[in-house]
Amino acid sequence: MLLALERRAERSTAIGIASPVIAVALTLATVAVLFAIIGKNPIEALDVYFLEPLLDPFSLGEIVVKATPLVMIAIGLSLCYIANVWNIGAEGQFLVGAVAGSWLAVRTNGTDAGYWVLPAMLVLGTLAGALYALIPAICKVRFGASEILTSLMLVYVAYYGMDYLVRGPWRDPKGLNFPTTAPFDPVATLPPLFEGSRVHSGTLIALMVVMLIAVMLGRTIMGFEIRLVGAAPKAAGFSGFNADRLVLFTFAISGALDGLAGIIEVAGPIGYLQPDISPGYGFTAIIVAFLGRLNPIGILIAGFFLALTFIGGENAEIAMKVPLDLTKVFQGILLFYVLACDSMIAYRVRLIRGVRKAVPANA
Amino acid sequence: MKNRIVVVAAAAIFAVAAATLAAPAAEKLKVGFIYLGPVGDFGWTYQHEIGRQNLVKALGDKIDTTYLENVNEGPDSERSIEQLARTGHKLIFTTSFGYMDPTIKVAAKYPKVDFEHATGFKRAANVSTYSGRFYEGRYIQGMIAAKMSKTGVLGYIVSFPIPEVISGINATILGAQTVNPNIKVKIIWVSTWFDPGKEADAAKALADQGADVLMQHTDSPAAMQIAAQRGIYAFGQDSDMIKFGPKSQLTAIIDNWAPYYIQRTNDVLNDSWKSTDTWGGLKSTLVVMAPYTNMPDDVKKLASDTEAAIKAGTLHPFKCPVVDQDGKTVECKGGDHLDDGQILSMNFYVKGVDDKIPGK
Amino acid sequence: MLDALGQILGLIFSVNFILTVITASTPLLLAASGELVAERSGVLNLGVEGMMIMGAACGFAAAYVSDSTIVGALCGILAGAAMAAIFAFLTLGLAVNQVATGLALTILGTGLSGLIGAGFVGMRITPAPQLYLPVLTGLPVVGRILFGQDAFVYFSFALIIGIWLFLYRTRSGLILRAVCDNHVSAHALGYPVLKIRMLAVLFGGGCAGLAGAFLPLAYTPFFIPGMTAGRGWIALALVVFASWRPGRLVAGAYLFGAVTFLQLSVQGLGLGIPPQVMSSLPYLATVVVLVLISRTRGASGSAAPASLGVVFVPDR
Repeated sequence: MLLALERRAERSTAIGIASPVIAVALTLATVAVLFAIIGKNPIEALDVYFLEPLLDPFSLGEIVVKATPLVMIAIGLSLCYIANVWNIGAEGQFLVGAVAGSWLAVRTNGTDAGYWVLPAMLVLGTLAGALYALIPAICKVRFGASEILTSLMLVYVAYYGMDYLVRGPWRDPKGLNFPTTAPFDPVATLPPLFEGSRVHSGTLIALMVVMLIAVMLGRTIMGFEIRLVGAAPKAAGFSGFNADRLVLFTFAISGALDGLAGIIEVAGPIGYLQPDISPGYGFTAIIVAFLGRLNPIGILIAGFFLALTFIGGENAEIAMKVPLDLTKVFQGILLFYVLACDSMIAYRVRLIRGVRKAVPANA
Repeated sequence: MKNRIVVVAAAAIFAVAAATLAAPAAEKLKVGFIYLGPVGDFGWTYQHEIGRQNLVKALGDKIDTTYLENVNEGPDSERSIEQLARTGHKLIFTTSFGYMDPTIKVAAKYPKVDFEHATGFKRAANVSTYSGRFYEGRYIQGMIAAKMSKTGVLGYIVSFPIPEVISGINATILGAQTVNPNIKVKIIWVSTWFDPGKEADAAKALADQGADVLMQHTDSPAAMQIAAQRGIYAFGQDSDMIKFGPKSQLTAIIDNWAPYYIQRTNDVLNDSWKSTDTWGGLKSTLVVMAPYTNMPDDVKKLASDTEAAIKAGTLHPFKCPVVDQDGKTVECKGGDHLDDGQILSMNFYVKGVDDKIPGK
Repeated sequence: MLDALGQILGLIFSVNFILTVITASTPLLLAASGELVAERSGVLNLGVEGMMIMGAACGFAAAYVSDSTIVGALCGILAGAAMAAIFAFLTLGLAVNQVATGLALTILGTGLSGLIGAGFVGMRITPAPQLYLPVLTGLPVVGRILFGQDAFVYFSFALIIGIWLFLYRTRSGLILRAVCDNHVSAHALGYPVLKIRMLAVLFGGGCAGLAGAFLPLAYTPFFIPGMTAGRGWIALALVVFASWRPGRLVAGAYLFGAVTFLQLSVQGLGLGIPPQVMSSLPYLATVVVLVLISRTRGASGSAAPASLGVVFVPDR
């Protein structure tokens, strides 16, 4: 090997701060060739992808709207991943939460229900998400079935379940039999925070959740357990921490947050239930969780950053007439560079002169 | 600090002066499109894209078009539509039902922008709706199918139960029943718009169960290919699929959006755009049948005659009495045929379909 | 009720049914086999869907231009391997988090395949030829199942058998498994952990690319962006289902394929079951079967290779 990776003695703060900038620069340099081939200006790409969305109030608001469910889901997932519990079913828990909360909205639609409806919807969504997440958790704890598979398969089940409800019994009676519920009453809707923007109180809820989880992880016994089980499972076992209980707990919290995110999304930006309510938030949030290094503040930043790349990508489609596929390539390459730069915080690359050949011990 | 304020104020005054003095150049009309799928889907979105390309060919130097593809029907769509409105697009086409409420919401914020929503039913002063009377084509296909089928069993591949799909099935059966009153249809829901492999599987299943004419309300040529493999017949959908089944395709229903797009864009250019509801069929060429192939001349003649009759208005696929699966006669609100509202919201199978309608 | 059951049984026990199930399960089997080897060496590559769709786009493009299925298949393999190489460089070379990198790979692959395939939409090619042996293919029942498939299917059989032999009957396979079960010890013994993992990841990529190429070359001979439609994720799930064992992988792949095709076929019988219920059957079936299998083995937890997904940076 000519290049070898070596762990740094201390994580480099310089790279920690500079890494996003370096990543963006490297991405533009790489994509410059691609852009040149199709006749676009890479500098314009920088402006359109990153600067414009940040400088424009509308786009900024939209980034927040998009980042809200991502952050909420990712923070729950981070709990699971820290404990080495692999919840891949966040998307399904999101949908189930949306469905459960929507049930109340549909039931009380048109009646003169009071302001209790919305909080009740949020509670229902949270509970339903938690219960749905407990299914893979119980399968793992009781039967030893891999939670990766069960949680993922249940995503599809949730999707088809919701599809059935929305196309069937929950259809809007005045909707000409098209597959949506009636628009939610105002008491069942999350109001926007500012005039003219779609930013809604769900964002505040998400921020609160992030703070709560940060406190829990850092300052409670449960949080300590979670971190210990992930880092040193044997030590945790010896300390008397029950691994099974942790699996159930982290899945339940994660599912609860996913469900909450789901009903918030439906009661807020959308305003009714339909077959398509998520562009894959549950899966994108996995990226956010790891980009944020499973750390609450990191997740906030990563969620915002990833949402920025989506909005910026759309900007590029409009302003530069770039096809969606190219924005996906851009996004993928950017993620690679961000992850790589991130890695350089903990490791450094060294040039090794002379190669030492490995000899198997029993040769 | 004071100096800075003076400089900024001066710059601002200059800018305003410059802006008011500069005469606006003859600007191109910006037209935007929101697509549900990728333009390469060879189906629904592909045909809208063809429409857009033809629009550019027709009005090239007067307009500047933009499209956004794979726009999810959830919260993303409202943002995408609004982004087009904010960036100076004065005419925006949103090409899927699920964009209905987002379109209305954005339209309320941008009264000077004109919106065209496909397959929806909500309108506003600046929102029109448009769609195609695909059921007219289905009726003809049903007749052809019944003529060409030896087993008397038709295979229907569909994605999701929406009224347009249901009216398509019904029109097919009604057309088929004029030739063979005992025609049977097998319906398979693949629950996706974008999985050719599943469509192929559904086609194989239908063929295995005795269907010898395949129809589809899904987007890809997979079923056509299976039909070609098995030596049975099939109908293309959205696009002409003859090259995937040169000996199998009988005809296809082609979505022909270009004339509508050109007309509406011209309306905006001429300042004569008004909110309308356009549900065009064979007569207005929004729906076009691919050439009738692989059938004997008498069937060809039957098809063309029926097409002519529908265009002339003398034949309506849903002419009364229409009897539903349970044997009840459906109320006839359109005089001698079901009215548009009933067809648009159709939620029952006609007599002759043995399957149960999903989600009732 | 009994009549319906009879109809369903009649469906299942037919040659056409078995043939279609084999064909439908082949991309799952091919992709999952490769991913099994990668994961058995300790690397979790979530980019299977991205590698598959790249294989589909490049494979179709190559086959269209060269009018040859073999060229298309080879290009599909190369495309998948190339994507895997990027992944290997990042996760093995730079110790980047595997989960995030794999997901980013899927995004890149989806976008890149769309760009490459854009020019080929609506084109048709000659589909991969199916085997025809004079007497054997004509045999009743077994004839077409055993002797009438296309090359991809036969290759998938050979592949999984080959992988099984490799993992359990060769020294290299043993080393590979050791590397995953405890990479620190393996390194201490002098085995080139990173190199072994890299080869495994490239192999996995090649298989995924081939699986993707199968779709537009044999299954439905045309290209549409996104035609893999999530099969990469199912393949990943199947590797977990199989508990990283080749035998169970075959069972899982065909189980999934069978239930998927079965739910479509049963709809044609007009029994009136809501299609959404039918569509969720393959996923429910997989969960139920997994729970049952895991119960019989005892609640010992999923037997994941111990170092799966764990970053390994050798100290010198």
